[in-house]
Amino acid sequence: MRYSAYSIFKQALSGNRLWQPAWREPQPKPHYDVIIVGGGGHGLSTAYYLAKEFGITNVAVLEKGYIGSGNVGRNTTIIRSNYLLEGNNPFYEFSLKLWEGLESDFNYNAMVSQRGMLNLFHSDGQRDEYARKGNGMRMHGVDSELLDREQVRKLAPYLNFDHARFPIMGALHQKRAGTVRHDAVAWGYARGADQRGVDIIQHCEVTGIRRENGVVVGVETTKGFIGCNKLALAAAGNTTTVGRMADLELPIETHVLQAFVSEGLKPVVDHVITYGAGHFYISQSDKGGLVFGAEIDFYSSYAQRGNLQTVEHTMEEGVSLIPGLSRAKVLRSWGGVMDMSMDGSPIIDRTSIDNLYLNCGWCYGGFKATPASGFCFAHLIAKNETHHVSRFMRLDRFERGYTIDEAGRGPQPNLH
Amino acid sequence: MASLITCPHCGTRPKEEFSIRGAAGPERPSPTARDEDWHRYVYVRDNPKGRYQEHWHHVAGCRRWLVVDRDNLSHEVFGVTDAAEFERARVAK
Amino acid sequence: MTSFRLTAGGAVDRDHALNFTFDGKAYKGFAGDTLASALLANDQMLMARSFKYHRPRGVVTAGSAEPNALMTLGIGGRTEPNARATVTELYDGLTAKSQNRWPSLKHDFGAFNSALSPFLGAGFYYKTFMWPGLFWEKLYEPLIRRAAGLGKAVMQADPDRYEKSWAHCDLLVIGAGPTGLMAALAAGRAGARVILADEGFRFGGSLLSEGASIDGRPAAEFAASIVGELSALPNVTLMPRTTVFGWYDDMVFGAVERVQKHVAAPSPDLPMERMWRIIAKQAILATGAEERPLVFGGNDRPGVMTAGAVRTYLNRFGVAAGKRVAIFTNGGSGYRTAADLLAQGIEVAAIVDARAQSNDAAPQDVRVMRGGSVIATKGRLRIDGLIAERSGLDEVIACDALAMSGGWSPIVHLMCQRGAKPVWSEDKQAFMAPDVGGTFAAAGSAAGFDTISVCLRDGAAKARAALKALGRLVGPLDIPDVEGEYDPSFAPLWYVPGAKGKAFVDFQNDVHVGDLGLAQREGFRHIEHTKRYTTAGMATDQGKLGNVNTVGIVAGMRGVSPAEIGTTTFRPFYTPVSFGAMAGTARAEHAAPFRTSPLHGWARKNGAVFVESGLWHRSAWFPQEGEKTWRESVDREVLNVRANAGLCDVSTLGKIEVLGRGAAEFLDRIYSNGVLKLPVSRARYGLMLREDGIVFDDGTVSRLAENRYVITTTTGSASEVLSHMEFAAQTFWPELDVRCVSVTDQWAQMSLAGPKARIIMGRVVQDDISDTSFPFMSAKEVTLRGGLKGRLFRISFSGELAYELAVPAGYGEAVADAIMEAGREEGICAYGVEALNVLRIEKGHVTHSELEGRTTADDVGLGRMMAMQKPDFIGKRLSTRFGLTAADRLQLVGLKPIEADKEIKAGAHLLKDQAKPSLANDQGFVSSACFSPVLGHFIALALLKSGRERYGEKIVVWDGLRGTEVAAEVCSAVFVDPENLKLHL
Repeated sequence: MRYSAYSIFKQALSGNRLWQPAWREPQPKPHYDVIIVGGGGHGLSTAYYLAKEFGITNVAVLEKGYIGSGNVGRNTTIIRSNYLLEGNNPFYEFSLKLWEGLESDFNYNAMVSQRGMLNLFHSDGQRDEYARKGNGMRMHGVDSELLDREQVRKLAPYLNFDHARFPIMGALHQKRAGTVRHDAVAWGYARGADQRGVDIIQHCEVTGIRRENGVVVGVETTKGFIGCNKLALAAAGNTTTVGRMADLELPIETHVLQAFVSEGLKPVVDHVITYGAGHFYISQSDKGGLVFGAEIDFYSSYAQRGNLQTVEHTMEEGVSLIPGLSRAKVLRSWGGVMDMSMDGSPIIDRTSIDNLYLNCGWCYGGFKATPASGFCFAHLIAKNETHHVSRFMRLDRFERGYTIDEAGRGPQPNLH
Repeated sequence: MASLITCPHCGTRPKEEFSIRGAAGPERPSPTARDEDWHRYVYVRDNPKGRYQEHWHHVAGCRRWLVVDRDNLSHEVFGVTDAAEFERARVAK
Repeated sequence: MTSFRLTAGGAVDRDHALNFTFDGKAYKGFAGDTLASALLANDQMLMARSFKYHRPRGVVTAGSAEPNALMTLGIGGRTEPNARATVTELYDGLTAKSQNRWPSLKHDFGAFNSALSPFLGAGFYYKTFMWPGLFWEKLYEPLIRRAAGLGKAVMQADPDRYEKSWAHCDLLVIGAGPTGLMAALAAGRAGARVILADEGFRFGGSLLSEGASIDGRPAAEFAASIVGELSALPNVTLMPRTTVFGWYDDMVFGAVERVQKHVAAPSPDLPMERMWRIIAKQAILATGAEERPLVFGGNDRPGVMTAGAVRTYLNRFGVAAGKRVAIFTNGGSGYRTAADLLAQGIEVAAIVDARAQSNDAAPQDVRVMRGGSVIATKGRLRIDGLIAERSGLDEVIACDALAMSGGWSPIVHLMCQRGAKPVWSEDKQAFMAPDVGGTFAAAGSAAGFDTISVCLRDGAAKARAALKALGRLVGPLDIPDVEGEYDPSFAPLWYVPGAKGKAFVDFQNDVHVGDLGLAQREGFRHIEHTKRYTTAGMATDQGKLGNVNTVGIVAGMRGVSPAEIGTTTFRPFYTPVSFGAMAGTARAEHAAPFRTSPLHGWARKNGAVFVESGLWHRSAWFPQEGEKTWRESVDREVLNVRANAGLCDVSTLGKIEVLGRGAAEFLDRIYSNGVLKLPVSRARYGLMLREDGIVFDDGTVSRLAENRYVITTTTGSASEVLSHMEFAAQTFWPELDVRCVSVTDQWAQMSLAGPKARIIMGRVVQDDISDTSFPFMSAKEVTLRGGLKGRLFRISFSGELAYELAVPAGYGEAVADAIMEAGREEGICAYGVEALNVLRIEKGHVTHSELEGRTTADDVGLGRMMAMQKPDFIGKRLSTRFGLTAADRLQLVGLKPIEADKEIKAGAHLLKDQAKPSLANDQGFVSSACFSPVLGHFIALALLKSGRERYGEKIVVWDGLRGTEVAAEVCSAVFVDPENLKLHL
């Protein structure tokens, strides 16, 4: 069923009783060309692009819970391509371009909202870093501008300009950055993939990876053995657990990042704002909630919940940056479990096993990457060759000394 | 665990007195070890779900590095030892 | 305006009237009222509009789960949006405004959405607004955003203070109803340290609202007597107005105390709110149970509220919900409500009981319609009647309020915040608290709603069990007799079939049964999908009122037990918490501590302009009279240092003493260059790598004695370097005898640089500092004239003859003054970090602009610092990886503009001459740049692909961001004194 204003009108006339399921609930077939482990944003977008761009439709997405139950359903919804390094910048720009055409592509309104992002800076050194980044972006044709304090004040007059411990000097502005309704991304990709023949199988946990003669032949699941020609892992947060089934050694530590939403408020924060003197960032959803977060909890955790100290610290930074928040109220906090990689950048690559493909290590930046990650992963799986924008995201880059260390913090995952 | 840590030198102290480095499992190889071992030490992590040994630093206390033996799913703490003790015990094994 | 206030009864003080306004209109209430009870007393049933359809709404509860009666309180910086009127304690002068309506609460244009509701079902927005492409962001989304949200944040600074505290106890009791009071009493009498916290402003919970008598006294009086005893116990801390919002690891609870939210004129000496971290050995959840609304057509009409709320307004606040109240129930609560209303002379229109049979006895003369149901309500801004149905026959019953009771749900939120899921009980038809181990137990109604007497007993018993777990044996407590209590049991009724009009499950978000059905039809069948698709449970009450009904209804649609559907995830916060309370004192200028150097006073009196550098305030430059721009000052300072001398505060550099017999060996492994053979009284430049072979930090190492070193770090990395060294000492080489101690704060350190430095320093120290006895890279203890001991280092960042003198911090300012005095004739000046930066760029010295976490020693021209012959040092092994030694890596070079008047800025990128800007053509970037007053033009340090092979090449410095392109020549990074002649003067 195609969605449109007309379909809404027509369905309303029949009491909204004839809407069809957005996706089927199929039983697994004995064998697929490709099995994707993980029905999150990346797994679903991989399935969608496999079917749509590469004509591979005999595909199953296996999800141990419900689709979108991982970080695509638990993030701060920001999209952007303001990256410094050559290993990242073209990839995230490719992703942003896909976001820009996404709704018409998959006929689902994921509310891509290019509200613009302000990365505030508070010192000369930080300005120079942002200038370096902004120039790098421009070299790749990505929009960026360097704003001074007064220009920032015009866009976001509610920021703390007068009594700040770390005065705002200016900002790097990417106008095309913004937010997306996160759940809808999973649902839109799922529906689009399903319509093209992909089987989305929920509540089907992979418990083992079966190999014969050194190649993967299928997976053991809670719904029995399912065979495949190619197996693709997209289980961020649980990458190690799944990877261990195929004896993969991975540069990943699992950490928890908290995020927060306030009560619904009339629009006050137009942009996505990041605080340069801390880790705080904030935007406001279309529903009115202020969506914000800051740093990770720093310890390894698989629990989807966080520490009170981090909560307090986040909100201290929030009030320091936006004094007017003081009497607004936070409604809910949650924790997302992430693959923190050893250089802060992801991996989209083959593995030492020929037909086993790996997509992981997204740290806390995976949401914005969803379209490009799926596209590039699908490209890799379908053609067995790397898409050029993800060519640096190799698994062997650590051994070879080609890390993509955007933060420059070295091999300590909780610092990225 | 993660709210209060019982430092073997200072007693039970709040999390904000500590900084956290990461897995205590990887052991720094000898200078003459193979490249592979060095790569593994610096970059590869077991990252188990469950029992986990992690380096914490009591920065706002005794400034000793500690090994916190904990469960990273339930956040239960099983014990905290001084990191030097932990290393000596590892060498002794 | 009719008064709904009873002439007597309730816990309000009729002698103490309070004035307040709602939407500009003046009202009166009494001390002890909530905003909601005072509005109801004044016949103001209409209090809000719903989120999506802008339907008129009244209060539905009398507590913290209220989804409807949200208002904006206060004015100016004290404006608080989305305050729940049901828990807002009334005070004199309170101003409240309704929200999400235009132009007024009575006449709201947004209500037009209601007419469009067939088109605005769950998730409608995902299916439309996609065409034409541009219209979403330009037209539809702005409209949606404007319509969305509830209250308005004024975005003004908050005039009030906030603070944080810690508390420790043996037993934390959360909730001060019958269960909590008895638990606190049992533990308190036994001498345990008890904290009793309750979100309300009066302890007693349901005892304040129920007509029962305890120990022969009214329940509220009984509650007051217990509170009296508790407050006299020194080991018991009572915390009213305190919401425990979160349960975290290790029995750490987060709570927020509303210290002055109820005060007409807040004291500036007290915080508005105080956040508590409560660390409890044991805790009891005594939060009671929430009454479920019934889901029937028109169940959101103003005047429809839970039966318990009707009793609370009646018995606690002396306010009748209506003059003629109808009751729709599936259990004892409805009957109890009828009895209480009649006792106060309020007419009861009828009891509609969904059950065909029950043991509940109706009060005399009240009509009971057993096996009936309410299928619709009538009225516009307030209910004026309902349509009841029984055996296929409809009947209109007039009423001006409707009390509904759909049964009870234990309030288990806090116990489920750490991952445990509540457990469905077929017996109780409710989700029960999970077993979370031996330190946190649910009691009373939170453990399964029950009668008051059971709650009293359970509270005491659970307290005894908690103390027993702590090794304290406590005798049993006498449990008072309760008379006139009622049995709250009920038969499940999730949804009333045959509803006319929408039957809501989530009032605030306007989610009705039809939406839940649509979600199921469209495949959003997992309860999390149902929630996210319909937004049921995502409003400010987080589903406290509606979630269990949602689960029950979805279970019914699917033909399974609610156990199979399960609940969505409970997460902090139990109720919303202000940013202010969570931020405490860390705001505005106090967001982080200031660090000032021991020479701060010296700098200030020399007229310094200070600059932020991490937490430090460092002296940036020292303007003199007549200097209009910072550049004029900096240029003068630089030229003066190169020609005469200058004094600069370098106290902020990290200083670490390294001691022990293993110190030499240790440092040799920490630094990439050799330091093992560094003689006593000598200093050396040192480079530290991370284990991945990338440069970590640089500084100097000085050997003060055989087993005593002092090293310096960069200002920004001081604490990280110390941690790194401690980590290496304790975990890599615990066998080495070595200790590392930060002495950054103990020493004031100043750099005296310039050709006249020796003359000046010679006037300050007694020791012989001639070039022969104290050559370049000397380091030793010296005695100042006057006898003070200090440490003198002949090291230079500026490239000039220079000394760094360290003296105990308290003497810093006096010594700096003395040096300035001693150098007056030589033309000494104070110089700041800006001049220092120019001096180091001229000399080609790197800082964190170059050592930015991705560069190797070789990249920045320090390849000679890699002592690969050493058996081991941190970073050695991985530094040789292919990618770190590749020929096309970026290397440090200097840049000179070809046209001398052109400016080069840091952050610009580099292109080959004539090349178009693209990533493929990117040759590197400018890391540092400045105007060199010595050379008379801008100079820059840059990291350039294979840079050292490209001296003399013409290159384009591309700064598209700031719209400039400058042609420059690649050169050596050392612009001044490449032979280092000046160092050895």
